[in-house]
Amino acid sequence: MKLFEYEAKNLLASHGIPTPKGELASSPSQARETAAKLKPPYAVKAQVLVAGRGKAGGILFAGSAEETEKAAEKILSMQIKGIPVRSVWVEEKINVKNELYFGVTTDRFSQSYVAVASASGGMDIEEVAEKHPEKIVKTIVNPLYGLRPFQARQIARKIGYSGSQLSELGRIFEKLYTLGMECDSELIEMNPIVETVDGSFMAADARIIVDDNALFRHQEYKKRLWEGNSELSQQELEAMKSGLAYVKLDGDIGVVGNGAGLVMATLDTIQYYGGKPANFLDVGGGAASETIAVALRIVLSDPDVKTLFINILGGITRCDEVAHGILEAKNKVDIAKPIVIRLVGTNEQEGKRILTEAGIHVLESMEEAAQKAVQTSKQGGK
Amino acid sequence: MGIIIDKNTRAIVQGITGTQGNFHAKLMLEYGTKIVAGTSPGKGGTQVHGIPVYDTVEEAQEKHSANASIIFVPAPFAADAAFEAMENGITTVIIITEHIPIKDAINVMARARQLGATVIGPNTPGIITPEQCKLGIMPSHIFKSGTVGMISRSGTLTYEIAAGLTRNGIGQSTCLGLGGDPITGLNFIDTLKMFEKDTSTQAVILIGEIGGNLEELAAQYIARQTYPKPVVAFIAGRSAPPGKRMGHAGAIVMGKVGTAESKIQALTEAGVKVAEKPGDIAKLLMGR
Repeated sequence: MKLFEYEAKNLLASHGIPTPKGELASSPSQARETAAKLKPPYAVKAQVLVAGRGKAGGILFAGSAEETEKAAEKILSMQIKGIPVRSVWVEEKINVKNELYFGVTTDRFSQSYVAVASASGGMDIEEVAEKHPEKIVKTIVNPLYGLRPFQARQIARKIGYSGSQLSELGRIFEKLYTLGMECDSELIEMNPIVETVDGSFMAADARIIVDDNALFRHQEYKKRLWEGNSELSQQELEAMKSGLAYVKLDGDIGVVGNGAGLVMATLDTIQYYGGKPANFLDVGGGAASETIAVALRIVLSDPDVKTLFINILGGITRCDEVAHGILEAKNKVDIAKPIVIRLVGTNEQEGKRILTEAGIHVLESMEEAAQKAVQTSKQGGK
Repeated sequence: MGIIIDKNTRAIVQGITGTQGNFHAKLMLEYGTKIVAGTSPGKGGTQVHGIPVYDTVEEAQEKHSANASIIFVPAPFAADAAFEAMENGITTVIIITEHIPIKDAINVMARARQLGATVIGPNTPGIITPEQCKLGIMPSHIFKSGTVGMISRSGTLTYEIAAGLTRNGIGQSTCLGLGGDPITGLNFIDTLKMFEKDTSTQAVILIGEIGGNLEELAAQYIARQTYPKPVVAFIAGRSAPPGKRMGHAGAIVMGKVGTAESKIQALTEAGVKVAEKPGDIAKLLMGR
């Protein structure tokens, strides 16, 4: 789950990391009042969870409180990638000398956190890593000891600092690591952390992604997520609340399956035969009939879906439960669209019998079923 | 033969009184796995399918000296269960539980490296050496004993491919799920090394998916070592958009890192035959 910039900056500030002075505003007049309390010039930044707000015009600068109000008015009336802007962050603009990068994320191979730093901040760090790998400094962190002060100082040295600046930067790196551990971040970064003209350091932008699986330890974020104020679409949220994983795609074949790998392979197989999947939906292991019904409702609520493809390989999931779920959904939701079903595994015969008696044809091979689904969608779902 | 587990493995089930633990303890027993004890704090002194239940792993170990554990404990408590197993001398820990926080997984793996314990998972279907031992939740009837080793990041996709192999008369030495999370115990390279030494394994199937770079590292390893056994692969997620988590916590393309194309290219360059569809795996193995 992504945190808003204002949430991230408030967390950084509360952990003693210097950030530009600023406040959140949800109306143009509030933005003006905020600016009046700060020193000009100002930066007015849209608080949205999608990337690329700068390019979309979601960051403006202002020289006075009045200009701040106008900038806020403009940004608050915008939609960025389809998301309406609900609030802006108004802050003092800083005098930048150098833009640096520092972040902490996970490294799969070393099964650890990794601190990533670069003297080339302010741009996409993945792009820097790809084009100039020599400009990236990576330090694997042993979780049993954390990011040690000496490691933080070594990182500061490697990106070009010495003396008191090295010490100051090192302390900021340590604090960010500590904050990341406290809020269970899978990514925490300052991009950029800037060296100002007077030689001190400040986190000009901050990004935190909290591990969804750790939300039980962070009820305040879980509450915001469940209220629908997050990067998830309404369907994605509804799926999550029912223990399902749903991702909207841009095709016309609705897909429901069990197991992330199998569903991904199902989408790939549809694509292989020239079709386009409308979504990813994994009902998970041991899905009960009610869960299957919820899954079908979510997928069928998408107007782009012309054909429904259900691919279940029963392990923990029992085929008879799935069959009941399909019939249940059929009773509750009007499934006017053609369904292609592939159902094999535990209690397969019983599942097939239930569906066949209800007039639904069941296939055994995933490839055959995918071809059938593609063919049906190309006939316009008839 | 096979890797990690065999007919002599003595296992405990942590979280044996929960729905999943109870259900799969029974299936593992029926498969012939030596489940010597179960644990569930507060339920000590009871029995599940004739298996004695203890409050602590310590007590279970005093009476049964197991060498493996399979964990069904809910996510908030699963890391503690893994520590409990390792601190009490268990050397193979299989974590079935999904949704364990990354931080917890990282801490578990750090301790496992210190103790030299083998961790499989989290978020894994487990491991099966067909007709000898099953420590997992996979449907057993789709596997048969043979000479192909399987390593996978997915559950049901592994079943799909294993069922296809069995249908074509190709048996398996050991099938192991690494787990669908970003941080897992074993990785592809660790497991390739084990299959290299295992005399009963003649070929290896590697089933990867989008996210991370462990498939690319495995490809480098295969090329560097001129891996002595044929490797066939399947990578799921060719059609996955960037930035979206595809069901598994670990299945996410970040920027340009973790795409199916990158993995397929790396494996192909290492001489690995990569199947376009799951059903082609058996054909590639027979065609070699």
